[in-house]
Amino acid sequence: MTAAEINGLLEALTVFTLAILVGIAVISKVPATLHTPLMSGANSIHGIVLVGAMLIAAEATEPISQLLSLVAVAFATMNVVGGYVVTDRMLQMFRKKPVAAKPASDDAEVAS
Amino acid sequence: MTTLEIVEVLVRIAWLVGAVGFVIGLSRMNSPATARNGNLVSAGGMAIAIGATAILILVSQANGVPVAGVAWVIIVLGVVLGGGLGLYTARTVKMTAMPQLVSLFNAVGGGAAALIAIDDYLGLAAGSNVRIDTHIFIVLDIIIGSITFTGSIVASGKLQGLIPGKPIQVPGGQLVTLALAAITVIAAIAVFIGGTPNLLLMVVILAAALIFGVTMTLPIGGADMPVVISLLNSFTGTAVAMAGFVINNPVLIIAGALVGASGAILTKLMADAMNRSVMNIMIGGFGGGDDAAGAAAGPGGSVRSIGADDVAIQLAYAQHVIIVPGYGLAVAQAQHAVRELAELLEERGVDVKYAIHPVAGRMPGHMNVLLAEANVPYPQLKEMDDINPEFARADVALVIGANDVTNPAARRPGSPVSGMPILDVDQAKSIVVIKRSMGKGYAGIDNELYTNERTGMLFADAKDGLAALTAAVKAL
Repeated sequence: MTAAEINGLLEALTVFTLAILVGIAVISKVPATLHTPLMSGANSIHGIVLVGAMLIAAEATEPISQLLSLVAVAFATMNVVGGYVVTDRMLQMFRKKPVAAKPASDDAEVAS
Repeated sequence: MTTLEIVEVLVRIAWLVGAVGFVIGLSRMNSPATARNGNLVSAGGMAIAIGATAILILVSQANGVPVAGVAWVIIVLGVVLGGGLGLYTARTVKMTAMPQLVSLFNAVGGGAAALIAIDDYLGLAAGSNVRIDTHIFIVLDIIIGSITFTGSIVASGKLQGLIPGKPIQVPGGQLVTLALAAITVIAAIAVFIGGTPNLLLMVVILAAALIFGVTMTLPIGGADMPVVISLLNSFTGTAVAMAGFVINNPVLIIAGALVGASGAILTKLMADAMNRSVMNIMIGGFGGGDDAAGAAAGPGGSVRSIGADDVAIQLAYAQHVIIVPGYGLAVAQAQHAVRELAELLEERGVDVKYAIHPVAGRMPGHMNVLLAEANVPYPQLKEMDDINPEFARADVALVIGANDVTNPAARRPGSPVSGMPILDVDQAKSIVVIKRSMGKGYAGIDNELYTNERTGMLFADAKDGLAALTAAVKAL
C-alpha cells in the first residue's frame, strides 16, 4: 500500500470511529419508552445502503451483476420505505390527550 | 471544474447533509414530544442522500461516463418492487406484529449490504492483486450481512409463530455453530493470505455465514428475541459501514456506524433489563433446561379463583389501582378494553397507573406503543423503577397477561428467572390476575404470584375479562 492509500483508509476509519462515538452520545439519552421506535428508526437509517445499491446498479454490465444489484436495490428500498413508515405509525400514537390538561400530575388527566 | 466535477462535489455535500439529518433525527427521538419530528428529519436526510445519488448517476451518464444501459430499469424496478412491498407491509401490519416486521426490514437491509460486497468481489479481475484492506472489508461485509439476513428471518419467523418460539436444541447443535464459525474464519484468513480473488473460498464463506445465522438464532427462546433483533440491527449497521468502505462511500460509513452504535447500546440496555448478559443469551435458550425448571418451587399453594363482580367492587372502591399489562393483553387485542376500564375508574376518582416492565411486550417500549395506540396518555405509563415503590400503596394491582415479569421467584436464586428485575406486584394490598389458564410464561415455570394468598385469579381471555369488568363497574 502506498502512503496515499494508507492515508485514504485512515480518513475513512476516522469518519467511522467518530460516527460510532456520535451514535453512542446521541442514543444513550433516549428513554426506555421510545426504545422500540428508536430501534425501528435506526433500522430505517441503515436503508442508506440503497445509495450503494444504486451506485453498483449504474456499473452493472454483466447479467449476474444486474441481478445482484436489482435484488440489492429492491431490498434496500424495502428497508427505507417500510422502516420510516412503520416508525412514523408508531410515533404518531405517542401523544397526550387531545385536550391537554396541565401536565402538573397524572391526576390532572382525570377530567374527560 | 467540469460540470461533472461540480455535481460530484454537490452530491458529496448532499450526502453530508443527509448524515447530519440522521444524527439530528436520532437525537430528537429523545422525547415523545419531538420523536415523530425526529423521524421525519431522518427521512428527509435519507431523501436528500438518495435523490443526490440519482442526480449523480444522471449527470455522469450525460457527461460520457459509461453507465450500464439497463441501470435505470434496474433502479426503477427495484425501487417500485421494494418500495411497494415495504409501504404495503408497513401500512397494514398490526402493531402487535410490528417487531417481526422490523426484523424483516433488518434482514433485507443486511442482505443488500452483503450483495454489494458480493457484486464488488465479482468485479475484481481474476489473478490481480487485491489490497488487504479491500479484502478485509469485503469479507466482513459478506459475513456480517449474511448472518444478519438469515438470522433476522429466523427471528422474525419465531415471533410470527412460523418457527416454534421455544428454544430448538439439536444434539451437537452448538458444535455445528462452532464448526461453521471456524470454517468462516479459516476461509477468511485463506482469502487474506492468498491476496488474489478466490471465488470458491468466497462461496464457502458466504454459505457458512448464511447457515451460521440460522444455527445461531434457532436455539434462542422467543423471550430473548428482542435482544437478538437489536443485536442483528447493530450488525446490519456495521455491515452497511463495511459496504461503505468497499465502495468508498462516506454516507454509508457514517450511517452504518451510527446504527451499529445504537443497536449495540439498545442490546446492552435490553439484556440489562433482563439481568442477562448478551453472551449468555446468544449461547443458549432460557434457563439451563429441565434441571433449572425443576429447581423452582412447585405449584404448592392453592389458587383462588375470583369473579368479575367481586373484582369490579374492589376496583371501583379503590384509591390507587396499578395495571400491569403484558403481552397476553396485546395478543387478545385488549388495549382499548383496558383503556375503557381505566377511564371509567378515573371518572369515579380512582387513581390509575400502568406499570410497564422494560421488556413488556416483545421489545423494550413495545407495550408503550401498544397502549399509545389505544390512546392511553403516556404520563400514566410508569417505568419499573418509578412504579415499584408505589405497589405497597396500591389497593389493587391488576395483572393482565403478564407472567414472568411478576414472578417473585426472581428474587431468590435457583430459578430460571433468578435475578431478573420484576415488578413488585406481590406488595399490593390486593392482586387480581386476568389469565386464560394456569399456563406458563416463556420461562416455562410456575408463577408464585398466583398462589399468593392475596391473589385472586380471574380466568378469562384478556379482552372478555376486561369487558366483563367494565360492565360490572358500570352496573355498580
